Amino acid sequence: MRNYIIYKLLHALGVAFVISIVSFILLFYTADPASMLLPETADAADIAAFEKDLGLDQPLVVQYGNWLARIVFEGDFGNSWVAKIPASDLIGVALWPTLQLALIAQIIATAVAIPLGVLSAVKRYSIIDNITTFIVLVGQAMPLFWLGIMLMIVFGVFLKWLPTSGSDTWVHLILPSITLASFTLPLNMRLVRSGMLEVLSKDYVRTARAKGVTRSAVLMKHAFRNAAIPLVTVTGMQFGALLGGAVVTETVFSWPGLGRLAVESIQVGDFPVVQGVVLTLSGFTILANLAADIGAAWIDPRIRFN
Amino acid sequence: MNNMSSESKLEETHLDYKPSMTSIVLKRMWQLRMGVFGFVLVLVLGLSAIFASQVATHDPLEQDILARLTPPSFLEGGGSTYFLGTDQLGRDLYSRIIYGARISLTIGLSAVLVSMVIGVLLGLAAGYFGGKIDAVVDFLVNAMLAFPFILLAMTLVIALGASMENIIIALGLSNWPIFARVTRIETMKLREQEFVLAAVSQGLSHVRIILKHILSNLAAPLLVIATVEIARAIIRETFLSFLGLGIQAPTPSWGLMLAEGRDYMLTIWWLSTLPGFAIFLAALGINLVGDALRDLFDPHMRKG
Repeated sequence: MRNYIIYKLLHALGVAFVISIVSFILLFYTADPASMLLPETADAADIAAFEKDLGLDQPLVVQYGNWLARIVFEGDFGNSWVAKIPASDLIGVALWPTLQLALIAQIIATAVAIPLGVLSAVKRYSIIDNITTFIVLVGQAMPLFWLGIMLMIVFGVFLKWLPTSGSDTWVHLILPSITLASFTLPLNMRLVRSGMLEVLSKDYVRTARAKGVTRSAVLMKHAFRNAAIPLVTVTGMQFGALLGGAVVTETVFSWPGLGRLAVESIQVGDFPVVQGVVLTLSGFTILANLAADIGAAWIDPRIRFN
Repeated sequence: MNNMSSESKLEETHLDYKPSMTSIVLKRMWQLRMGVFGFVLVLVLGLSAIFASQVATHDPLEQDILARLTPPSFLEGGGSTYFLGTDQLGRDLYSRIIYGARISLTIGLSAVLVSMVIGVLLGLAAGYFGGKIDAVVDFLVNAMLAFPFILLAMTLVIALGASMENIIIALGLSNWPIFARVTRIETMKLREQEFVLAAVSQGLSHVRIILKHILSNLAAPLLVIATVEIARAIIRETFLSFLGLGIQAPTPSWGLMLAEGRDYMLTIWWLSTLPGFAIFLAALGINLVGDALRDLFDPHMRKG
């Protein structure tokens, strides 16, 4: 187990390194700080002096090294070109709302997916099974931002039950988190259902039933524990996609998280902030993937030796 | 005989629940019907895209300022001229949705083609040759999957400039890992199959083995994935356009129409509801066809 964790840690570090290079190069060629920060009257000499000041006249590798060192050792993503304050301050403020939204959405999605997935596998071809299939179909074809707008129209505008934007109280969380939950729900439900179906046809389940173990004990102890392995892996693997979905959801509901910060910064060309958000979101994705790998190996010892 | 029927009953039932024969038959027919339904939706989508100028009743860009924000015919106050009503500039919503199908389908198909070409080439190289190439490709795939997809696509669009070609490139470049992953795994499995080993021992060239023996066996799984990815690419394009980073006004893109309608959300709800419904139906149809194709190619993977 220890070797497995060390191997996965090194792998995660490598992935983080590649992502830092990609996001540095991508934004290096996209961003034009001189035109963003200098007045229009600036001449070529001003621009040269300005770029020398920012270190933009140095070789690319040196720039990358300095940039990475500042991030790793000082947590400094540079200053926002628009707000003129450290990008890490903006990111720090927006981080919690995004994590809050993502975690609650994940809890909702799992809480709905597990009972429905298990029931539809156990009572195959029943009404519940059909409802599950229907939710999966509709959920996979529904654009997240449209669902958000529809929920706003129905519950915010027509029924006036829930606020459509803002983030002051927990009531504001309801619509955004349902929207985001619908993003991961279909896949989770499908996984639980097919996992249960597979496990329920295994010999050890039949043996357990034949021995006289009660039905619910077989379901929970023998079947579900094994069917849950892919769910653990995918929940972790999906966390990145969930954060991507949060970008969409936050934009629709004006939720003050990292996604909205990134979208607004991209639109005004504030690249240090964009870079910071990309690296932060990727970092959380890598951590979640790592946790999923280790979690799966913990539940299922076979994985460790592969 | 008796023995057989009790055994097959054991196979089909889990624990104590016994589905009736009727419910199984109904379920199978329902699945078949969903496949046909999806195919019809895709056909309508494709025909609208190809024959947009014949199917549409108005020029999608023509503004009738006096008739702006007319409700659809089936709502109170709706006229007969504009079947689905008009938008904030008095343009016919129905015609704009029809022309929008052309944009969505072009982008969906082309973006998936781009990611498929990149992904399949890398996946084949990794799965067939293994070793260092495999390690590098596997690593790249993992790194790409940890990158927030939508931010990558948005940054690429900004870097390249917002135009239809660049949206295709951005969506294509950000989505190849899924094709690379599947191709790699399937190629690894095929590599060990006897007919491939036989071809190797016969001294066939690598290119020939890959083209003739491996790629032909990859066609089915790739087609199924490509179908589903087309639906996802269409949804992603509408989101980019929704943010103003995709198709630019006044071109009729579903995402752009949704974004424009959002400003009127409080009063004129159908402006954002109808284009969204078009996206939903398109994605639903394509997904249903994907499901049907999977059942067709691989009966073992059948979900129900």
